[in-house]
Amino acid sequence: MAKRLLAIILAAVMVFALAACTAPTGEPVDGGAESGLKPIAKEDVKVGFVYIGDINDGGYTQAHDKGRLALEAAGFECLYKENIPESADCEVAVRELVDAGCNGIFTTSVGHMDYTETVAKEYPEIYFNHATGYKTLPNMCNYMGRVIEARYLAGIVAGMKTEANKIGYVAAMQIPECIRGINAFTLGVQSVNPEATVEVIWTNTWYDPAVEKQAAIELLDKGCDVIEQHQDSPAPQLAAQEKGKFAIGYNTPTPDAAPKAYLTAPLFHWDKFYVDCVNRVVDGTWEPASYWEGLASGWVGLDELSDLCAEGTAEKVEAAKQGIIDGSLVLFSGEIKDQDGNVKYTDGMPNEDIYNMNWFIEGVIGTIDG
Amino acid sequence: MSAFLISVALFLQVTASLGTHVLLGTLGGILTERVGNTCLGIEGMMLLGASTGFLVAYNTGNALLAVLAAGAAGAAGALIYAIITVSLRGNQVVTGLALTTFGSGAAGLIGMSISGKSLPESINNVLGIHTIPVLSDIPVIGKMLFEQSPFVLGAIFCAIIIYIYLTKTNTGLNARVVGESPAAADASGINVTLHKYIHTILGGFLCGVGGGYYSMVYVGRWQIDLTAGAGWISVALIIFAMWNPLRAILGAYLFGAVRGLTFKLQGGLVLFGHTITFSAQLLDMAPYIVTVLVLLFITMRNKREYQAPAALGSPYFRENR
Repeated sequence: MAKRLLAIILAAVMVFALAACTAPTGEPVDGGAESGLKPIAKEDVKVGFVYIGDINDGGYTQAHDKGRLALEAAGFECLYKENIPESADCEVAVRELVDAGCNGIFTTSVGHMDYTETVAKEYPEIYFNHATGYKTLPNMCNYMGRVIEARYLAGIVAGMKTEANKIGYVAAMQIPECIRGINAFTLGVQSVNPEATVEVIWTNTWYDPAVEKQAAIELLDKGCDVIEQHQDSPAPQLAAQEKGKFAIGYNTPTPDAAPKAYLTAPLFHWDKFYVDCVNRVVDGTWEPASYWEGLASGWVGLDELSDLCAEGTAEKVEAAKQGIIDGSLVLFSGEIKDQDGNVKYTDGMPNEDIYNMNWFIEGVIGTIDG
Repeated sequence: MSAFLISVALFLQVTASLGTHVLLGTLGGILTERVGNTCLGIEGMMLLGASTGFLVAYNTGNALLAVLAAGAAGAAGALIYAIITVSLRGNQVVTGLALTTFGSGAAGLIGMSISGKSLPESINNVLGIHTIPVLSDIPVIGKMLFEQSPFVLGAIFCAIIIYIYLTKTNTGLNARVVGESPAAADASGINVTLHKYIHTILGGFLCGVGGGYYSMVYVGRWQIDLTAGAGWISVALIIFAMWNPLRAILGAYLFGAVRGLTFKLQGGLVLFGHTITFSAQLLDMAPYIVTVLVLLFITMRNKREYQAPAALGSPYFRENR
């Protein structure tokens, strides 16, 4: 009897001990508390990256990893963790990097945001940087390439190429990042081919080559002849090649993945941001800002056009690019109608509304779950 | 041909291409279970085949060699399983589960150098989609069977061969006796251990080839855990097929069809003027839910001739009689 009682008491103690361990600890560092950030000497900087995919995925993660390589070339020590899902595994990965001595952390997928935030609150002296989200802390900034500008250029390429006037768009998640990309792409298409439509299929995954390819085949079977993607692997391009149609890549140039289909790709040049950002850590000018920079800053761009592009595409793309850089061409300006033809804005959209877009513009075929 | 017939033909084409690796896995499982070995390692053997096949294809550019390597990798997994369950008489369920976990990890290791790579043209030329003139113009089923990778017809062919082997040949009948009553088989002079080894390894070979099809043809890329549960669907389909290779074709294509439908139902279905929308999560679950429902239905019917091999799952000790 006494033994059983002892066991119960021990079990109870254990439960309380566990509860005590998981209770939130870092209350005072929340919100406007003073930042504990100090500049770090270059030789002491250790940068840790958390990637959602494989560093050789031929897409999104590879583009980020180019940034890591650029940092290493500049003499910074870097660690990385790949294939980290948007789950509690991310928190584990960030903590492991911190334990390994990293004092600058970059997490690179939107779903990493909350886990990054959790750890950032506990370590106010470490620099956290999160890509494609929206949260900031005194020691956490967020950054995103204004890839809608490159997507607009890709839209021009697709609009010139399509003969069926049906363009397919394999998109990952029903979130503003994808939706504003689809809308910007559609604006680009319409600027050269007002007849063409853009049809969207959601895959609900950033990186799953099998699903990405199946979605592209579905669009091709529906009669689309150019495929655009917001996915991390070149699988949609392989599908287009298999069906004798054309495709636009994303993130990283992939002319060799599907050489008979590849037209071009909107690209991220994350290396530009990463090197600048870590240099700011060294000279003490790092800020917990929200960065959203585009063509003008060189954060994004369009890959070289392949020989498969329609004649005259290069000139149109170049003109639009210059227009965006010098400010004479502004995306989402003038009257903007939604998918059903209702006027949503009469004279352009503010930047913040573009970033948070959750509806399709006119010319897009597809649905967004409420 | 009307637009509707064309879209049906295209849908069936997708169905067959999504069902083929599952079909090969199911056939491998049927061979293994027919000699009385519970087969839960299909996912692991598929992954081994998927990464090894891709590795060989990438490095040699030889399609035949790649397919053989995929099969050999699956067979190697099955050999480990056979040694543990047949010779050492280990628990088949635990060993099968361990094989899946092992296969997933080992495949990831094998595939490290090929992640993100594309296959050479010579592989796609042989294993990719071939359009057979005339036959592929048959309405509805033309594209499904004759505008496909050679794997698709190959898998159907395998199913027919295995059916004939198991029901019409002496060796096949011997194998079934081993699965029903190893003691009786032993008494009548059938080498139980040899039959178990050969069929388990052949089964593993087919699972490996199925994985190879998925990585080299269907997806065209390698990634960790590429098959995403297809091996488990195969395990369920063995029961769906009642250990009958011909019914396995039906089961695998049903799975392919439901998976193909998920993208078609996105954005809702218009019925009598009302749009019925489906949540994305529900659509992703659909193939698996259908598999469970079908299993439920099948097992409820519970006919005498549709039963698992009687000795399935129990190791054979000659001295135990």
